[in-house]
Amino acid sequence: MNGFMRDSSIVFRRQIRMNLRNPAWVLIGVFQPVLYLLLFGPLLKPLVAQFPGGADNAYTFLVPGLLVQLGLFGAFFAGFSLIGEWREGVIEAERVTPASRGSLLVGRLMRDVLQLFVQSLILVLLGLAIGMRGSFDGIVLGIVITLVIGGACAAASNALGMATKSEDVMAPVINIVMMPVLLLSGILLPMTLGPDWLKRVSDFMPTRWITDAIRDVFAGDVANGTVLSGSLAALVFLALAAWWGVSTFQKDDA
Amino acid sequence: MIHARGLVQTFHTGRGKQKTEVRAVDGVDLDVEEGEVVAFLGPNGAGKTTTLRMLVTLLKPTAGTATVAGYDVVKESAQVRRSIGYVSQTGGAFSGAFAGDEVVDHGMLYGMSRADAVRRGQQLFDELQLEGLWRRMCKNMSGGQKRRLDIVMGLIHDPTLVFLDEPTTGLDPQARANLWGHIADLRRERGATVFLTTHYLDEADALADRIVIIDRGRIVASDTADNLKTQVNGDLVDLEVAPGQVSTAADKLRAIAEHVEVAGSHVSGRVRRAGRAVPALLRDLDAAGVTLESVEVHRPTLDDVFLTLTGRSLRDAEAGTGKPEDDEATAAERDDSLEGAAR
Repeated sequence: MNGFMRDSSIVFRRQIRMNLRNPAWVLIGVFQPVLYLLLFGPLLKPLVAQFPGGADNAYTFLVPGLLVQLGLFGAFFAGFSLIGEWREGVIEAERVTPASRGSLLVGRLMRDVLQLFVQSLILVLLGLAIGMRGSFDGIVLGIVITLVIGGACAAASNALGMATKSEDVMAPVINIVMMPVLLLSGILLPMTLGPDWLKRVSDFMPTRWITDAIRDVFAGDVANGTVLSGSLAALVFLALAAWWGVSTFQKDDA
Repeated sequence: MIHARGLVQTFHTGRGKQKTEVRAVDGVDLDVEEGEVVAFLGPNGAGKTTTLRMLVTLLKPTAGTATVAGYDVVKESAQVRRSIGYVSQTGGAFSGAFAGDEVVDHGMLYGMSRADAVRRGQQLFDELQLEGLWRRMCKNMSGGQKRRLDIVMGLIHDPTLVFLDEPTTGLDPQARANLWGHIADLRRERGATVFLTTHYLDEADALADRIVIIDRGRIVASDTADNLKTQVNGDLVDLEVAPGQVSTAADKLRAIAEHVEVAGSHVSGRVRRAGRAVPALLRDLDAAGVTLESVEVHRPTLDDVFLTLTGRSLRDAEAGTGKPEDDEATAAERDDSLEGAAR
């Protein structure tokens, strides 16, 4: 295990070094949510009274949704950089070293989670600056849940990249999966505004539970059933994606 | 150092519902002793890289066994990886990273301390003429520099056995000659065993003690370049004579040569031990009043060897023109999808 952590941290450090050389990517990743925050947030203000739950403030409602969007969408692009590295022989060169193949994935996930953490902080701080209210503990817990679901998506994305080795396959798969997930998770507007059937459908989306959970903890409601089910959903996703990722990285292993 | 028995790798390729099994490597036996430099020669798609990928633990054999550096490639893959250096066709340094950083990280993944990896890496940079490129971004290096960097990465942990996959493909002639010098140094300077794949005959000829030829997933020959060449029926003797004397010259040549051919003012044929036979031939021709414009004697090339062994020239085998069209399709598939699928 010691060797595993050492190998992971070598891979992580290498990735971070390359990211720092091009920090614009971190900002580009957070650019879209920030635009939503600044340009879509004001539209919610007159509607927020009709929203269910504890949020009585448009930004306290919107920021958790944007965190989920960031976690899901942002992390899903991790696989593209993996394909780029694979094409240049980096993955293969790493796979002929004695380093555990799981560590090659975990080191990259650590990078993805750190990047997501920085982006989440930017989003939350900006939200606070323009009027979001929330308890400190709740915000910390909300970011943690975001990192868990983001880590899961990054693992899935790396696994998908490793399995397909083709951007042309990755891009449509991500779009096909992500669009319904985003629309049915109540990220920009609460699902309760919609007709009953739409609400019923979204009840089956674990990502909606996660969005609801982050909303509740931001609003200061840390211990309720929604938070529990959302957190569990995120953890289950992470476990499944990590298992998929590690087994994909170990495939062809002799 | 390498002992393989009955190595097989099959891939499944399919368009729609039709799935066909392709045996990219079809029962390869291979022995490489310590200190040898062995070239693994064959046309594209013959199974060179696939065999190599099984030996370096990147691909699990479908069947057969192999021990590399004394360890089983399946059961003791970690020990195999520690003992060998592998330089793939694409290399392993990322274009957007600094050369030195890539080398140090690679060394550390082999368990080296940072200080050791830096020291060893800088030594190797000097040895492979990469002085001053430690802080160069990989994408800003020339093809030859990049290839030498790949070799530095493969040598960072001082392996006793080095695998090089198509080391000089895509390099210009100077860079190629330079790299050959460095590959020869692997044994001369550090006593390493070297196993390299190539589809260049001159490369195999220049570097290797022994050449193993693979075609369509099977080993078709394994011997020194000289011994392989003697399997070809003699040296090629080419005479250029005045127009009216072609038939006389052909008659005289036929007395000592096989496969005599006439093309314009040229008469050529295969002669065993041409060095001994040619002086007598020249005396004969002179006595018959034949005036020679030129005489050339060519030792057999490995291309001739490949032709003798497989009935196709290497170039034809590469182009897939040696056999009907479906063969061409298979060769293309192997290159594109199969070797890709194996990665």
